Amino acid sequence: MTPLLTVDDLAVEFRTRDGVVRAVDGVSLEVGPGEILGVVGESGSGKSVTAMSVLGLVRPPGRVVRGSVRFDGEDLLALPARRLRRIRGRRIAMIFQDPMTALNPVVPVGAQIAEAIRLHQPRLGRAAVRARVLELLASVGVADPAARYGRHPHEYSGGMRQRAMIAMALANEPDLLIADEPTTALDVTVQSQVLGLIDTATREAGAAAVLITHDLGVIAELADRVAVMYAGRVVEHGDVHQVFATPSHPYTRGLLAGRPRLEQATGGLVPIPGSPPDLLAPPPGCAFEPRCALAAGRAACRADRPEPVAVAAGHLSACHFHEEPV
Amino acid sequence: MTTTVTPASPRSLAARRFRRNRMALAGAVFLTAVGVLALAAPLVAGHDPNTVDLAAFREPPSAAHLLGTDSSGRDVFARLVHAGRVSLLVGLLSSLAAVAFGTLLGALAGMLGGPVDAVVMRAADVVLSFPSLVVIVVLAGVLGPGAAMLVLVFAACNWPTACRVVRGLTLSLREREYVQAARAFGAGRLTVIGRHVLPAVLPQVAVAGTLLVAQLILLEAVLSFLGLGVRPPRASWGNMLTDAQNLTLIQTMPWLWLPPGLAIALTVLAVNFVGDGLRDAVDLKGVRG
Repeated sequence: MTPLLTVDDLAVEFRTRDGVVRAVDGVSLEVGPGEILGVVGESGSGKSVTAMSVLGLVRPPGRVVRGSVRFDGEDLLALPARRLRRIRGRRIAMIFQDPMTALNPVVPVGAQIAEAIRLHQPRLGRAAVRARVLELLASVGVADPAARYGRHPHEYSGGMRQRAMIAMALANEPDLLIADEPTTALDVTVQSQVLGLIDTATREAGAAAVLITHDLGVIAELADRVAVMYAGRVVEHGDVHQVFATPSHPYTRGLLAGRPRLEQATGGLVPIPGSPPDLLAPPPGCAFEPRCALAAGRAACRADRPEPVAVAAGHLSACHFHEEPV
Repeated sequence: MTTTVTPASPRSLAARRFRRNRMALAGAVFLTAVGVLALAAPLVAGHDPNTVDLAAFREPPSAAHLLGTDSSGRDVFARLVHAGRVSLLVGLLSSLAAVAFGTLLGALAGMLGGPVDAVVMRAADVVLSFPSLVVIVVLAGVLGPGAAMLVLVFAACNWPTACRVVRGLTLSLREREYVQAARAFGAGRLTVIGRHVLPAVLPQVAVAGTLLVAQLILLEAVLSFLGLGVRPPRASWGNMLTDAQNLTLIQTMPWLWLPPGLAIALTVLAVNFVGDGLRDAVDLKGVRG
């Protein structure tokens, strides 16, 4: 299987007044056609920056310093702006976290979706564009699309707005959908509806998806494979069942152990001790070493940065001691 | 069951706020009247504005000459309404040109950043650091006085104000997530300017443009009074005042200077009222939702 999207050794730096922050540091990912890759990690682990660099939308003071992003045989990072614009929105579409801010508040929702279509199909007539928008709105479950076409974002509920955003993303039948925490800004009751919609929409269209989240439950429900990010690196990458059943990085184990569970209502949550490293001055060895129970001051963890190694077919872990149980 | 609620659009809210502002409304009504008079000048004037009648010079207002005649025996009312055409047109056109040019440059500077931004903003600084009156006097000498020259020079000297305002707004709009989203959907920077930046800056630009109209009508009057603007025999409110430059005339023949003087003062006042009204109407800060 040739992957649709291959991110290889990507590194993104931000020059700040206090020094250089390496937000993404050697990330490698693969997404096959029609596959859903879940990217999980806490705030600041580089998930969103990775997504933005796929679309070439990292802006100063941010800069891609290393690596490549290959999409369907083309290196997106080397592509001239004009060709890249033709890929954005048409072949790779993005769903943003907060549809309230990702939609222009003073432009009717229908017109914004129409604009997304017209950007890539400028010759389509007004009536045809309108018909397509109505069809899209109906397909994402917006009731009475004709009446809502001319409504502004503030007249939509949060869930409806995200549905509209998804309709916009699907407008040009992309091959890859990048959803950056699509349910974080939503009501809990609406979250599963929207996730279900993303799931069916991508599978019906045969599109692949990168689903960025910090919710392991979302990953378990939708993703085929998962990449766990920590401090700008992918620490574990593999099939979702495999990773959840046999987590091979202490950070993943910590995340899984830290989940709230219904069956163990007694006792509190089990947090990972400590906090993520300061990316201005990352530890020289493994970024997780200061919080890791496995490392326990071992020299290898302190001095050498672990590279991802295969622990099983298609299952990578970036831990020196991945074979050891906690 | 769904209930349909149609909240007022931002535009209709602004219109409502404007209508509630009495000064602005009065200004708008007055300007409309002046505009209609100027547009219909040939119909309402009753006399040709440039016909010299030396037999009837400096005549006081009468039934034949509503506002009397000037030193060359020309009908003052006819000149007044025709002058209104010139003065309003110069003010409107030059403000429009200045604001359009400034807005475009400001949006480009803010959106593209880098060298484009640097060049545009330094150019704005240079223009602002020139005493514009001196530039105008020099250009009037080089190009020769005239209404077209005024429009050109006014626009060239006044674009930086709008440019700075628009650049500032663009810089903040650029960071909005919906602009990022538009880019992620494949919109180029120029598309973003057209779709998201220009509509958003329009209210502020309209306010700045309106207030500029007042300034420029005044400046046109000053320059024409000094003989550097609209050239006689073509009438403008400024050059009509040139007629009344000596004390005796001012004391004894108020119909020579009072009409154009009032026209200038009231028009500028009205434009300023409208501008202030617009500013208050579109300024959403401090307004409860």
